[in-house]
Amino acid sequence: MNQMLKLLLIGLFAIALGGCGEDSTRQNGDGGEVVEGAGGAGSSADGASTAGAGAGSKFSANALDDPASPLAVRVIYFAYDSDEVLPEYRPNLNTHAEFLAANPSVHVVVEGHADERGTREYNIALGERRAQAVRRLLLFQGAAFDQVEVVSYGEERAIAFGHDEDSWKLNRRAELKYEGH
Amino acid sequence: MNHQMRRAWLAIPFFIMSLLSLSAHAVMTIEISEYTASARPIAVVPFAWSQPDKPPQDIAWIVAGDLTRSGLFKPLSDADLVSRPTESAQINFRDWRLLGVENIVIGKLMPDGPGKYIVQFQLFDVFSGEQLLGYSFPAQTADLRGVAHHISDLVFEKLTGLRGAFNTRIAYITSGKGKGADHSLVVADADGYNPKVVLQSDQPLMSPSWSPDGNSLAYVSFEGRKPSVWIQDVVTGKRRKVAGHKGINGAPSWSPDGSRLALTLSKDGDPEIYVLDVNSGRLTRLTNNAGIDTEAVWAPDGQSLVFTSDRSGRPQLYRVAVTGGTAKRITFDGEYNAGASYSPDGKRLAMVNGDDGKYRIAVLDLENDLMRVLTEGSLDESPSFAPNGAMIIYASKYGRRDVLAAVSVDGAVRQRLVLQEGDVREPAWSPLGK
Repeated sequence: MNQMLKLLLIGLFAIALGGCGEDSTRQNGDGGEVVEGAGGAGSSADGASTAGAGAGSKFSANALDDPASPLAVRVIYFAYDSDEVLPEYRPNLNTHAEFLAANPSVHVVVEGHADERGTREYNIALGERRAQAVRRLLLFQGAAFDQVEVVSYGEERAIAFGHDEDSWKLNRRAELKYEGH
Repeated sequence: MNHQMRRAWLAIPFFIMSLLSLSAHAVMTIEISEYTASARPIAVVPFAWSQPDKPPQDIAWIVAGDLTRSGLFKPLSDADLVSRPTESAQINFRDWRLLGVENIVIGKLMPDGPGKYIVQFQLFDVFSGEQLLGYSFPAQTADLRGVAHHISDLVFEKLTGLRGAFNTRIAYITSGKGKGADHSLVVADADGYNPKVVLQSDQPLMSPSWSPDGNSLAYVSFEGRKPSVWIQDVVTGKRRKVAGHKGINGAPSWSPDGSRLALTLSKDGDPEIYVLDVNSGRLTRLTNNAGIDTEAVWAPDGQSLVFTSDRSGRPQLYRVAVTGGTAKRITFDGEYNAGASYSPDGKRLAMVNGDDGKYRIAVLDLENDLMRVLTEGSLDESPSFAPNGAMIIYASKYGRRDVLAAVSVDGAVRQRLVLQEGDVREPAWSPLGK
């Protein structure tokens, strides 16, 4: 059942992400590749690909602005001093990768962040590691090399300002930033 | 806590001494939070001023404040001054001896034309009645605080044999919180006065580092939403970008001869230490390791650098020759040691020591390898030695605010520097002689 749901979602994304206007044909093609790249799902690939090819352009413009879309999840959190992308975020990142693969002209900046503990420059390095871990997953799942850029802000851009774990866990994060969205 | 570490302040009572007073112009308030019982009593008598209006600066008050912050002196409070001599003939040494005062400073501030002054001062030994110092300086209004700090330097050096560092400056970063907040790079006098914003940005600023001549600052700016390293002339404000590679451009640190900058760049995949020749722009890579290498600082002899690396798992300090080669680990106490600062004589390293979830400033004595934790905050960072090696300024928390603090190298004296608004961090103490 989960698998079915996943398939359905992937299909919907492919639809949502399809290109707009003159690019649509090409992007439909890419859409097929993406779903293959998503792997694991096995035979699902064809179905998703088909769906993407079918209805592409109709939803594409809103894909990044749809709050109900898994693409709306653009922040993932990390354990202390760790750059391991936790399993719970992988499906979301796969979706982003598929979206990028389907839209080769779209660029994303992955921002890496750290909590305030330890030195600022070391935290810059730690933030970069987190962002790189996210980038590697996106590339592995089909995003192109030059689509994904990495910037680490270390602890310089905190979003929570307490000096305790409640704040720290929100600051240990990577954010996907699409221009204009 | 590792058994080799010893707390420095065990025997010292915790005073919250109050402030060297507030002034409308002070941006930072300095509190002496702890100080040594052996501080020497001294009288700094208000300087003579012959005019009806208020004096343009209270020289004696500035000198007394400097001496207090050194932790080595305990100036008498205004109320305890038994008399207010302004000439040597007016000093009744017996009275001062009875008060236990060892030295007395007197002086005069005299108008010398529009906006010009002569500042005269004398330092006496109360027991022998002997004059130890006597100087006269011409000054303009804007220089009077500098002259006062210079007097502090002279008195301090005469009485302790140590060089004073009162006539120096600190650079630091201030910011508001959250998105769109302003970030500023500020340069102020070492006592927190005369703050001047030398750079303002809506993106983060980091890691200010003074050139050895005190004329320039290197720093990291995220303008354009990417980190880059800049060098800025502190007097003219002119600046230029010296590193804007893909990835991290961080942790600038000047070589002692001012010709090179150590940097952290991740352009080749992961953070590595590079040395940039400032004039030619030539880059030399110094480390080659799969882990994080960052925060390089130069030994004062320029022959080696100490940096932070997690090559053994957690961050620790390593030393590498300026010619490259194998890096040698130098910290073993505590699970986290990073962000080193060399003492000016090269004999000590201050660093951030993390243990049991507390991040504190520790000093490693390089001659006997003994490490000592000097502070008791839980999120202390960014240690920077005073140019005379006597104090370490660092960033700390006070309630929910980011503040600066300073601690003497023996841990006996501590101060807190609280900005009146906003947060302040990443202090860097300038070299001697502005």
